[in-house]
Amino acid sequence: MSQTLSNSTSSSPVSALSGPEASGLPVVPEWRRALNKFLGHRGLFIGSVILGVIVLAAIFAPWLAPHDPYVQNISQRMIPPIWHEKGTWEHILGTDKLGRDYLSRLLYGARISLTIGLTAALISGVIGTTLGVLAGYFGGRTDAVISYIITTRLALPVLLVALAMAALVGGSLEMVIILLGLLLWDRFAVVARSTTQQLRDAEFIASAKVLGASTSYILIRELLPNILSALIVVITLEMAHAILLEATLSFLGLGVQPPLPSWGLMVSEGKAYMFFQPWVIAIPGITLMILVLAINLVGDGLRDMNAPEGRN
Amino acid sequence: MPQYALELCDLSRHFQLKNGVFSAPTTLKAVDGVSLRIPPGETLGLVGESGCGKSTLAKMILGLLPPTDGSVLVNDQVISNGNRFALAKQLQPIFQDPYSSLNPRKTIRQIISLPLQLHKVGDKRSQQASVKQMSDLVGLPERLLDQYPGQLSGGQRQRVAIARALILKPSILVCDEPTSALDVSVQAQILNLLMDLKQELGLTYLFISHNLGVVEHLVDRVAVMYRGKLVEQGTREDIFRNAQHPYTQALLSSVLTPEPSLGLPELLDDSAWANAS
Repeated sequence: MSQTLSNSTSSSPVSALSGPEASGLPVVPEWRRALNKFLGHRGLFIGSVILGVIVLAAIFAPWLAPHDPYVQNISQRMIPPIWHEKGTWEHILGTDKLGRDYLSRLLYGARISLTIGLTAALISGVIGTTLGVLAGYFGGRTDAVISYIITTRLALPVLLVALAMAALVGGSLEMVIILLGLLLWDRFAVVARSTTQQLRDAEFIASAKVLGASTSYILIRELLPNILSALIVVITLEMAHAILLEATLSFLGLGVQPPLPSWGLMVSEGKAYMFFQPWVIAIPGITLMILVLAINLVGDGLRDMNAPEGRN
Repeated sequence: MPQYALELCDLSRHFQLKNGVFSAPTTLKAVDGVSLRIPPGETLGLVGESGCGKSTLAKMILGLLPPTDGSVLVNDQVISNGNRFALAKQLQPIFQDPYSSLNPRKTIRQIISLPLQLHKVGDKRSQQASVKQMSDLVGLPERLLDQYPGQLSGGQRQRVAIARALILKPSILVCDEPTSALDVSVQAQILNLLMDLKQELGLTYLFISHNLGVVEHLVDRVAVMYRGKLVEQGTREDIFRNAQHPYTQALLSSVLTPEPSLGLPELLDDSAWANAS
């Protein structure tokens, strides 16, 4: 007993002096604090769980899907989902008018939606951020020209232009991605421009200039990390936007072409059966809504997480 | 040894102010024909009221703003775009606001070692060694090196800024109101640190301030600026005991004393010097 006591008293002052424990406050590691914040934010937590499930479903679609999403079976047409009287466990979510398994098509459709959302948001993110940062940092004539381009872009109705272009060049997965990537950069540009303007005259930028850092170093290494949190929020918004637009284009027949299982296309194909087999359009419609909701919840949550709290 | 560490020859900076479409633009002379010489090892205090052009002058010396006219010589070399990079090793700034002068997304270690990386001084190991050495010198505990600026106090941040300014071993520091964003007890610590560093490293300071108490405590010579012009310069004793220019006299008489019974200082009428310059 006395030995343990003397042991603890002799060792504690040494350790107390060597680390940040000297203050007597409990030390919470950085990742732990971030995790607590993440778990404490209900919207972010729910959003990430849903989004995570959908992403996993998309990645593992070949293993999860009970059937081949392209195989047609005319004798098994329009089987209702399992909660209907006539539903069978063979096709949990039923089949469509060509007898293709709906669950399998839904799982493969998640791949299409997520691919389009992410790549289109990234393409427009690169375009918009580049333009916005250049306009915000250099100001003057550069800003005037880029602002004019942004205004021009904002004056274009996205859906109309997308429809016109898709009608001209024909719809396909790659076409939709490129088209949306080239159309959805405006919000990135506006956000990047205004955040850059706020930071342009910060003294840490001046200090890097005095040190002789090149303009590209200042923009990429000093400025960009500071506006990234704002841009990540925009990425999530534009991802949701792109997914919805893809569904719209596919619904109108100008986006992803059959037999690819896109959710928008599934809604479109089901619209003739809307009154008697409502689940044909309800299932992809609700899934689409849940995905967009989850992405927006994550975006909102990330914005809250990045709100300045001491580390500013 | 150069004759002057820092020499300003007839330095001017004018801004064109646009007054709408129909009237001609007016010219604001932020800095108007300032000539200054600072011999190596001297501390020159540049004082003047807010908006008199002190910070514009500092920006031109640092090369952040091209002068309209005149030139800046650092260790007898004229600053130009060609030798900007080389001169960074001789002249470094300490900014006013330690809250905006450190990149919030970088650790203190990254911030202090940035000048070494940009100028490719030594390898990674020697860079880390000199970061450690420099943080010792400015009294920054080593455990703070992996923190972010947001986790530091104002005084600690200013120590980081000083360490970053000194790590390339410059001979001249341009301090633009380095303590005005700090509270009074921390101000004294930072000023004492600057003085100790001057002794230890033989630095030359251009010390810009509107706090006359600080200037009197620190500097060898004083230059007084008013509306973009230097109205008076001299040794500390000359200026503080025997000011000639009416603006300097007014500036000195406006200093608040810590003696509560004396009340507020009586301000002189500015008509006495407004036209004199």
